[in-house]
Amino acid sequence: MNETVQQPLQQRGSMSDYLNKEARAIKPSGIRKFFDLVSGRKDIITLGVGEPDFITPWHVREACVYSLERGKTQYTSNAGMPELREAIGQYLNDRFAVTYDPAKEILVTVGGSEAIDLALRALVAPGDEILIPEPCYISYSPITALGGGVPVGVETFAKDNFKLRADQLEAAITPRSKVLILCYPSNPTGGTMTREDWLPIAELVEKHDLIVISDEIYAELTYDANHVSFSSLPGMKDRTILVSGFSKAFAMTGWRMGYACGHPDLIGAMLKIHQYTVMCAPVMGQVAALEALTNGLEEKDRMVESYNQRRRLIVKGFREIGLECHEPQGAFYAFPSVQSTGLDSETFAERLLLEAKVAAVPGNVFGLGGEGHLRCSYATSVAQLTEALEKIGDFVEKVKKS
Amino acid sequence: MDELKRKVLELLKEDARRDTALIATMLGVPEDQVAKAVKEMEDDHVIVKYTAVVNGSKVDNDKVTALIEVQITPERGRGFDYLAERIYLYPEVKSVYLMSGAYDLLIEVEGKNLKEVASFVSNKLSPLESILSTKTFFILKKYKQDGIIFEETEGDHRLVISP
Repeated sequence: MNETVQQPLQQRGSMSDYLNKEARAIKPSGIRKFFDLVSGRKDIITLGVGEPDFITPWHVREACVYSLERGKTQYTSNAGMPELREAIGQYLNDRFAVTYDPAKEILVTVGGSEAIDLALRALVAPGDEILIPEPCYISYSPITALGGGVPVGVETFAKDNFKLRADQLEAAITPRSKVLILCYPSNPTGGTMTREDWLPIAELVEKHDLIVISDEIYAELTYDANHVSFSSLPGMKDRTILVSGFSKAFAMTGWRMGYACGHPDLIGAMLKIHQYTVMCAPVMGQVAALEALTNGLEEKDRMVESYNQRRRLIVKGFREIGLECHEPQGAFYAFPSVQSTGLDSETFAERLLLEAKVAAVPGNVFGLGGEGHLRCSYATSVAQLTEALEKIGDFVEKVKKS
Repeated sequence: MDELKRKVLELLKEDARRDTALIATMLGVPEDQVAKAVKEMEDDHVIVKYTAVVNGSKVDNDKVTALIEVQITPERGRGFDYLAERIYLYPEVKSVYLMSGAYDLLIEVEGKNLKEVASFVSNKLSPLESILSTKTFFILKKYKQDGIIFEETEGDHRLVISP
């Protein structure tokens, strides 16, 4: 018999040799390293949390409990419960003046994260360039790379309130550019885009035949102005996959409820992947999400008002400390500059944690333009914010003196 | 009441120790406007008093509180208010409400012990003219008062750092 059949020609040296090269190439998130430093410590005030400090309103939790009592524990249709899709369509129309057909253009997903993953999987072919304004949420580049796409960062700047500028975007566009990922209001900068800001971007999208994934998870958390959905711009509806969810606006992070809306051909393709990978979003979460849309809008407004109050507090606090801080118009993050201290953002964040016992996320983990900044979530109590600001103030003074 | 006053009031009801500077920052308005709103609300007795919400069970276990339903016949020309006043002037009476339904006044009485409350009812309350009947209910445990849960179980379970 042939012995080479039993013995592979070449043994793999380590388990990681089994991984494909894309999975191997993904870097662990910079946030992870920080998390390890902090975890388990009780004496820390944290401004590092990327989620609301509100617990999901009781009526939403109760609706879920009740549905469990009634035995609602089965799969739903792949795209999500029809009632929920109807409600999402109605809500998007009421709030952001975009119209989607619940039957073919709305897909309920496991968090906005799955929607982004599905969109990128459906769109990206090896070698495609994916334009990503940065600093931005940490997931877009790695997921792009997993599909063989090439993430291309487009830097945004504090002096522009971290708005995406058409000239910066155009400079990054090549014949291989295919997808533009937008996330406004922005995590981590709090930057937002007005209709006037968007129009030249939409022109470029048209001119260069791009498709847009618009992550509007923070849409409701827009202050002193109304959120403008990219999909609502003239001619942009068919070019946009609108991604959103319940996590931020309705304080429902752990439920993992999100959705994607777009052209039936695109949503149809995403639905195929979704049905083969997760079948459907969890029914309990869908029931809760439906309740949130049906009876939770007032509570949502109260939460937004409360974030706004704390936003003003933290921005003023940083400016008084002497850290430059542009006015974040959305989300629940302030993104002050720590350059005046002479420290890079990672050193600043690490020393702040060890010496002042305040946790925040260094800006460099969010890509281009993040270095020199610190992401501080103000989704925490006024008392904690006030104390954190005092501690940061003392720390900055100490650093500047030394 | 104007919008600013309503918002100031909400912030003070959450925490009465917030000063005008903090409130002004949170609402994004000049501090003197907040100070003026607070002053006016104090003068108009919209804000009656600033006080602490205390979990009595952690202070001393001796005190007991009772809710007493009181049925009365209102006096001609003086209605319920006169009798309510006769009752609320007693320092041991913590609150008095005029109620719809099977009885007329609901009063909250605090005493050092059961006996003291019982003696208030029999010696002071019941003998008042126009009082038809009283029903006394002793409070065994307070879980929530004025929207504040005493033993908060829903703590902050968030990861310290998340993306």
